[in-house]
Amino acid sequence: MRPWLRRLRGTEFVAGLVLTALMVIPVLLSDLIFPGRGEAMDLAARLSPPLQTLAHPLGTDPIGRDVLARVIIGGQVSLTVGVLSVLGAVIVGTFAGLLAGYYRGVWDMVLMRIADVQLALPFILIALTFAAILGADMWKLILFMAIAQWVQYARVMRGTVLSLREREYVQSARAYGLRDYGILLRHVLPNAIGPVIVLVTLNVANNILLESSLTFLGLGIDPLTPSWGGMLADGRGYLQSAWWVGVFPGLAITLTVLGLNLLGDWLRDVLDPTSQVRG
Amino acid sequence: MLGYLIRRIALAAFVVLVVTLLVAWAVRLSGDPAVMLAQGSTVTEKDLANIREALGLNRPFYVQYLSFLGGIVTGHMGRSFMGGTSVALLIGHALPLTLELAFVSLAMSLVFSIPLGVHAAVHRGRGADQLIRVVSLIGLSFPNFWLALMLVLVFAIELGWLPPSGAAGGSGLVLPAATLAIILTATNVRLVRSAMLDTLGAQYVMVARSKGLRENVVLYKHALRNGAIPLITFIGLQFGGLIGGVVVVERVFNWPGMGNLAFDAVSTRDYPVLQASVTILAVMIVAVNLIVDLTYAALDPRISVAA
Repeated sequence: MRPWLRRLRGTEFVAGLVLTALMVIPVLLSDLIFPGRGEAMDLAARLSPPLQTLAHPLGTDPIGRDVLARVIIGGQVSLTVGVLSVLGAVIVGTFAGLLAGYYRGVWDMVLMRIADVQLALPFILIALTFAAILGADMWKLILFMAIAQWVQYARVMRGTVLSLREREYVQSARAYGLRDYGILLRHVLPNAIGPVIVLVTLNVANNILLESSLTFLGLGIDPLTPSWGGMLADGRGYLQSAWWVGVFPGLAITLTVLGLNLLGDWLRDVLDPTSQVRG
Repeated sequence: MLGYLIRRIALAAFVVLVVTLLVAWAVRLSGDPAVMLAQGSTVTEKDLANIREALGLNRPFYVQYLSFLGGIVTGHMGRSFMGGTSVALLIGHALPLTLELAFVSLAMSLVFSIPLGVHAAVHRGRGADQLIRVVSLIGLSFPNFWLALMLVLVFAIELGWLPPSGAAGGSGLVLPAATLAIILTATNVRLVRSAMLDTLGAQYVMVARSKGLRENVVLYKHALRNGAIPLITFIGLQFGGLIGGVVVVERVFNWPGMGNLAFDAVSTRDYPVLQASVTILAVMIVAVNLIVDLTYAALDPRISVAA
């Protein structure tokens, strides 16, 4: 690779890191920055456009709430759903894949059949149906996404473990008399975690998109809780008169997801050079 | 091969069974449509029982489920709880519109993603490749419904070139199709690129080049055509995602397809319509995946041996 290209790759990583940090850090600190949770209504300044006053740099919404404050507070929901759903899926999936790949046998077969069925299910439609009918809250969304995605991790983990278990260092660890859980934790897991990390990054991004679309359609987070999808649903009616109400929350989603995608893409190059294209 | 065929078809059938059961079960959990129908008027418990009887809701779950499955097969899917229109008729109107939107946006995305993907593969690792890669990442990061709103803001509200919503056919198709096409292009460019990378190094491409053929003939006639099989497979396997996107975008643009039909049915607890529309979309997705898998296996014998 030519040096300037390697630098570009570096730029991609730095851009991903900066974007993600720029979006995530204010959200993490949002309760400190905006103790009023952006609910204060400045009725004198309803629908004031961005860059007009120092008090409301991104303008205000139809009932005079500060758009900047609500965008930052609204990130809490998206990030919580994105991170916790993936965390749940990773824990279950990694564990299942590790055991299935190492011990093979009946568990392995059962796991692979479940994976076949789950990967063929049109989950978006089922999510829509369940969210529409049962009503959704944050925890139901997290649970649903974790159930839908754990097999992805199980599959990736199993595939890696299958190739690792025949390697010399695992064989010699076994010959040396190490216990199975020691081998799995010390020798197999650290060497199999790369592809999982890539998948984690991309799925957090993906789940942020999924949560916001369900919320936008009125099938996700309660509309009274500030969230990016919910703010966009509010802003939809004001596209003509006050574009900023609907533009900034969407921009926040796009930049967060882009940051994570850039990081994921870079990680894939670094950790998993064999795979070129995967959604 | 025969064993693979049977296993794949059995899996597809099982998936359809799981989907229909999940949907039927979810629909039953949703509350009593008799109460919804009677809403506003004062009714006695006996009236409600009569409504349930008339709609067939008092039958056991498995009877309702089986009669629903039978209806999907025979086309007699009952009548909508709202207004009594035949469900088959409603779906007959909505399904072609959903397919139209899906195929137009897929076609639009291929027009852009094929030349871009080929270009990226030929200039692998150079500036153009990196640029296409970063731009496609940006495309992948848009929430589809927000992209839809932004296109409405620019092309319908600010410029006034296109209608913001509704009206099937004609100019009303442009914005919803463009929304989906932009997001599809972002994925498809990467697929085209990697399919091309696999064939560009092949001997028949070198032979074609050494015969002195023009570069475009080499790329599109020799390299792309041979990379087309995995490409079509990957695009086919994304059909589920495409339909998911169509459903959301239909809602934003009030496009009267299956997605809109299902959402309307949700808010009115119109069981027969909801159940039939979700099931038909799901079965379509499973069928497309099955066909793609089997075609790929037929073309490439290594697949069925490995699986």
